[in-house]
Amino acid sequence: MVAQREVVDGTRAAVRVAPVGALEHQAESVAAETVVIAIRDLNVYYGAFHAVADVSFDVPQNRITALIGPSGCGKSTVLRCINRMNDLIPSARVEGRIIYHGIDICGDKVDPVEVRRRIGMVFQKPNPFPKSIYDNVAWGARINGIKGNMDELVERCLRQAALWDEVKDKLKQSGLALSGGQQQRLCIARALAINPDVILMDEPASALDPISTLKIEDLMRDLVRNYTIVIVTHNMQQAARVSDQTVFFSLNERRQGVLVEVSSTRELFTNPRDQRTEDYITGRFG
Amino acid sequence: MSASVPGAAASVEKTQLAQTRRLAARQTVARVFNVVFLLATCFAIFALAVLLWTIVGRGWDWLSWDLITRMPSRKAEQSGLNSAVLGTIWVISLTSLIAFPLGVGAAIYLEEYAPPSRWTKILQVNIANLSGVPSVVYGLLGLGIFAEMLHLGRVILVGALTMAVLSLPVIIIASQEAIRAVPWSLREAAFGVGATKWQVARHHVLPAAFPGILTGTILAISRAIGETAPLLVAGASAYVATRPDSFFDSYTTLPIQIYNWTALPQKEFRSLAAAGIIVLLLLLLTMNSVAIILRQRATRKARW
Repeated sequence: MVAQREVVDGTRAAVRVAPVGALEHQAESVAAETVVIAIRDLNVYYGAFHAVADVSFDVPQNRITALIGPSGCGKSTVLRCINRMNDLIPSARVEGRIIYHGIDICGDKVDPVEVRRRIGMVFQKPNPFPKSIYDNVAWGARINGIKGNMDELVERCLRQAALWDEVKDKLKQSGLALSGGQQQRLCIARALAINPDVILMDEPASALDPISTLKIEDLMRDLVRNYTIVIVTHNMQQAARVSDQTVFFSLNERRQGVLVEVSSTRELFTNPRDQRTEDYITGRFG
Repeated sequence: MSASVPGAAASVEKTQLAQTRRLAARQTVARVFNVVFLLATCFAIFALAVLLWTIVGRGWDWLSWDLITRMPSRKAEQSGLNSAVLGTIWVISLTSLIAFPLGVGAAIYLEEYAPPSRWTKILQVNIANLSGVPSVVYGLLGLGIFAEMLHLGRVILVGALTMAVLSLPVIIIASQEAIRAVPWSLREAAFGVGATKWQVARHHVLPAAFPGILTGTILAISRAIGETAPLLVAGASAYVATRPDSFFDSYTTLPIQIYNWTALPQKEFRSLAAAGIIVLLLLLLTMNSVAIILRQRATRKARW
């Protein structure tokens, strides 16, 4: 752990991030805020296939950033680069820089396990562990060596995930006995338990009914006061409802995922600067 | 009558639901295959039934508690299986202790750790090939390496090592399949909260794959119990009249004892062999039932 931290501090000084203003497409309104993650010239390859080309944008602190775009445009791929989840896919290769609090998380000396501890993730399909509700939340904390009162931690995380009242009497029951929407909130509680400061959500509501979806969206608005959230969504209304900043991806003529436009959500949906963005949000997309 | 059903009258004349000749022919083919498959199943069960009938008919009278408490003897009436039963139990227990951790370890490496390289592929193909190697070849390997090169001699340890090598490919392949069947989303969930590969494998993949791993191991070990040739080659003794009490004792096993009895000229010994087969079958059934119970318990616990 100590050695890890030294390495991290060592790299901190070496990395210089281009200021936000240097990015032409980044909107003025976001520029003033603290940047938690700065993505620069990100390219992702799956074997010979160039999936994502030259993506750069900033993720501001305590804001929800939505990544939208048509299927296969690489938005999930970009999201999975942010916590090094793509390392698990043998054919995937990532180039470029993802600077998190001044450190390039793609660097050789960075341990992906430590990255994932700080940048949590919620997946498309609710995937609780086949364990009790309590253990679902506590397991991550335990394996990361988080000490202290586990009961308190579990309660706090379940409360933060707006699930406590529904499960407080059945903490020993299996997490899989919950409904889909409850399972997804359990997964959010699980992500909170390891005390991350960024939470990535990969279409967290796409497998849920409209009521559960609204609950998740409300929850995100609550959580963003303490966390930074990046969400991938297919649902444009959802992006418009919950996010502060929206990043629109599309496919170029070589079927590579490219970033088309990034600006505050209000601006992107009311006054898109790019024709492709306008076509997409008005439903005229090919 | 049909006119009384609202909305049916209009289309009832055009819609034809009766069987056409073409459909009748298709249905006949379907029925023929139904019978063919039933016969195939019956044949297998019939063979098993005849086998059991003959064995039980011949050996039943010789079956007694004395049979498994007495040592083998030249006189059929005084002969027993004690050393063979104990030998089988010693060999199989040690085989399981060696083969299970090695097999599961190899499966975890191949599924969770090994990079998908050409080397891994070669390894994989060779393991699959090994599971098809005739068992007597493993006996030669046991004789050559364990008994002679390592100077261990004709002892239980050599038999168990030979059986372990023989069972390993099957255990590895079955465990790999069980591990592969664990949904990727479960691994993602664990990696997502900052788990290392080992923590993911230890806390999530293995418990979820355990029932499948257990099934594969049972099958492999059950096959090993019945093996005669490799142990004959690797140094089991034909006649043992003492109880084994360490891994460095000489031994015999049930199949070898049975084989020896059938080779003797006296008719009584053939009946004794039939009784020995019943004992072997009972031992197998007991082991399998225990394993099935274990597996079902594990299945109930691990569900996603």
